[in-house]
Amino acid sequence: MTITEKPQQQYKVIGTRPIRHDGLEKVTGRAVYGADVKFPGLLWGAVLRSPHAHARIKKLDVSKAAKMPGVFAVMTGADLVDLESKLVDMGEEIDNLAYTTKKLMADDKVVYKGHPVAAVAAVDLNTAQEALKLIAVAYEPLPVVLTVEEAMAPGAPLVLDDLVGEHLTGEARNTNIAKHTRYEFGDTAKGFARAAVTVERTFKLTMVHQGYIEPQNATAQWNQDGKLTVWTSTQGAFNVRDAVASILKMPESNIRVIPLEIGGGFGGKIPIYLEPVAAVLARKAGRPVKLVMDRKSVFEATGPTPGGTIRVKVGADSAGNITAAEADLRYEAGAYPGSPVGAGAQCIFAPYRLPNSRIDAYDVVVNKPKTAAYRAPGATQAAFAMESVVDEVAERLGIDPLEFRLRNASREGDRRADGPIFPRIGNVQVLQAAKRSAQWNAPLGAPSAPHKKRGRGVANGFWFNGGMKSSCNLAVNKDGTVAMVEGSVDIGGTRASIAMQAAEVLGIPAEDVHPTVGDTDTVGQTDVTGGSRTTFATGYAAYLAATNVVKQMMGRAAKLWEIDESGIEFKDGTFFSKSDPELRLTFKQVAEKLDETGGPLSATGTVNMRGAGGAFSTQIADVEVDTETGKVDVLRWTVVQDVGKAIHPAYVEGQMQGGAAQGIGWALNEEYFWDDKGNMHNSSFLDYRMPTALDLPKIETVLVEVPNPNHPYGVRGVGEAPIVAPVAAIANALRDALGTRFTETPMKPSRVLAAIKGGTLDGAATAASSNGASRRGRR
Amino acid sequence: MPTVFVPVPLRRLTGGEHRVTVPGATLRELVANLDARYPGFAAHVTEDGRLRPGMAAIVNGEATVDGLRTPLTEDAEVHFLPAVSGG
Repeated sequence: MTITEKPQQQYKVIGTRPIRHDGLEKVTGRAVYGADVKFPGLLWGAVLRSPHAHARIKKLDVSKAAKMPGVFAVMTGADLVDLESKLVDMGEEIDNLAYTTKKLMADDKVVYKGHPVAAVAAVDLNTAQEALKLIAVAYEPLPVVLTVEEAMAPGAPLVLDDLVGEHLTGEARNTNIAKHTRYEFGDTAKGFARAAVTVERTFKLTMVHQGYIEPQNATAQWNQDGKLTVWTSTQGAFNVRDAVASILKMPESNIRVIPLEIGGGFGGKIPIYLEPVAAVLARKAGRPVKLVMDRKSVFEATGPTPGGTIRVKVGADSAGNITAAEADLRYEAGAYPGSPVGAGAQCIFAPYRLPNSRIDAYDVVVNKPKTAAYRAPGATQAAFAMESVVDEVAERLGIDPLEFRLRNASREGDRRADGPIFPRIGNVQVLQAAKRSAQWNAPLGAPSAPHKKRGRGVANGFWFNGGMKSSCNLAVNKDGTVAMVEGSVDIGGTRASIAMQAAEVLGIPAEDVHPTVGDTDTVGQTDVTGGSRTTFATGYAAYLAATNVVKQMMGRAAKLWEIDESGIEFKDGTFFSKSDPELRLTFKQVAEKLDETGGPLSATGTVNMRGAGGAFSTQIADVEVDTETGKVDVLRWTVVQDVGKAIHPAYVEGQMQGGAAQGIGWALNEEYFWDDKGNMHNSSFLDYRMPTALDLPKIETVLVEVPNPNHPYGVRGVGEAPIVAPVAAIANALRDALGTRFTETPMKPSRVLAAIKGGTLDGAATAASSNGASRRGRR
Repeated sequence: MPTVFVPVPLRRLTGGEHRVTVPGATLRELVANLDARYPGFAAHVTEDGRLRPGMAAIVNGEATVDGLRTPLTEDAEVHFLPAVSGG
């Protein structure tokens, strides 16, 4: 279902659902992924990883491995240049180069289980893995810190001896708090004093992984002239190139990064892990080297999204207006600074207009893998806390939860709690559409068995979306088709959504634009496919390139008709003479005459975008709880989202459904299961329980089109906002079903069952709300 | 004159002031004038003559793409916030 704010221009291509250009290759298995890369003389690499979450390396001897037959190269941290501590912009990631290098391969200390210690290149994978067994490492285990509470406690063991924290009082040493920042407006004490109802709760979340199917991989090959080529699975070829150049201290122009098809990323394939390792091994071996992670390494040593602790306090007056809100967010950064707590802090109150607010955010290092982006990084955790508390405030005031959200909804011109003024946003329109949605107005229905209970929950979520740099090249073929090379790795059908924007300008079918994802030597700088920016920014680049093509084609038509270019106009794929109605040529007809009118015709579009326009996603969850087993079934789900303008509605719906599905997994089952030594005990897809199609209902979508004024077609990013609300929506549905307020993820059967039986399990805070389910009057 | 919303960690430099008005036709001029009035301010938001990596300057509600060269109007509203990374 699509709701358009007001009638817009009628489009020929935009808003249609053509078959994706890369569909055939993908469904026939011909698409090339990183693991498919093969060359004559290719060696296999393998990485030795730390068995300890925190230990000093007392001795590292690779000599036996180096002498093993079939081994061509061995590397350790000593093969990477010791870079200075300096923050660099990696395009959607800000990294400290020194820590990035140490993360790639430890120097004298390992700081998480799975931390690379050494790597080998050999004739085949078995030989490489056998060689790893010959590497002798003597560790001195150190005390581990695994939670923000442990890490922030006085006298806690230090994860990083050299960390200089940025605290409110200035720089701090001997700390695990990498950063503490605060946002503050108004006077929260006065605001809470005016409140008729105040709710304060603390929430705990565990680390979860993006769960992409394709593991990280990288293949590196050096030419005799010192140039390096890297094939990899990444969300951004250019950020890989720039990062590898910084780490290997070589010019960017000497590195070509070829991005292959990507089997999922969700933010987790923005950082680098294997590329410099493959490059160093290949340089030492004098042959190309390929590395592919196994699933255990993906879980243990790539970047999940953080767990942590969030305290939220919200007060509202008797009329249902929020008078004040406070939040304290403490996120696990992993072993190196850089959790998404900043984004969480900036998002947590975004759906609300608040007269008084205060937010504290702590980035805390712990002995776990360095976290990475995961779809709206940091915002899902924040929304779990805020949307749960908002629900409880509404319940105590006896106000419908959607009505309470609408009453307090942020609008264009409101000041966000982190400072800036909102531009045009669709928050109110999304909430209104949720209120009108079929699910919200349908009865919940009776439980399917006497021992089951049903509940409905709703939650709202916000994500900023990104702009940044993108490039697109177009070349017109003489048959009237157009070859497109664009710099964004295709995730979620972005080849199609970018090509469609060019096709709309050119007045030709989407199928007549043939998109190719370029590499760092074939297209201009393009930032990562991330931040929900690709259809917005690279699509804009395609729009500009196509507009340039039309202008040039007008010149070609003018030549054919021997009239001045100013006498020609272009509409719906046809060039017209303004004065002679007989003179009209289609785009294809002008293309057929390219050789006669000047030869090849191509154009480039480049952008550095701002004004992405944020997105809101309200979600409705109907659940049924088995009170004998604690299992929660999702019966029905609706995602309502402000999508700006849906270029390819099927792919927008897919993003909304995918975000909801991942959020449901996060809510109900997914967690890193740790022991007290920092070992993960469920590092396989058998034990790390992600939802399958059998676990989920058909997820309904309502696309609310509130156009972004900063894009010619009104595009807003759609990929991240839909993962923000689901965890809270499930928690609110469980409260409705059981009368229990869950404050800890995942809300797995054992936790739900414990809450049903006694309400005493950590995370099931029942004391303040154990008076039974709050059936709302309309059902 | 542009209005600068002072980040909480930097209010120790401004004597606790939340908002200050500072002249500047560009972000670079504004930062220079801020630093003249509140010594140390520039070091927190810039590095090597550019915005610090990880720091976003928000002018009239939008993150700048021209960095310190961003032109400012008399009524501009400027925030210095941590850059947000997406996934």
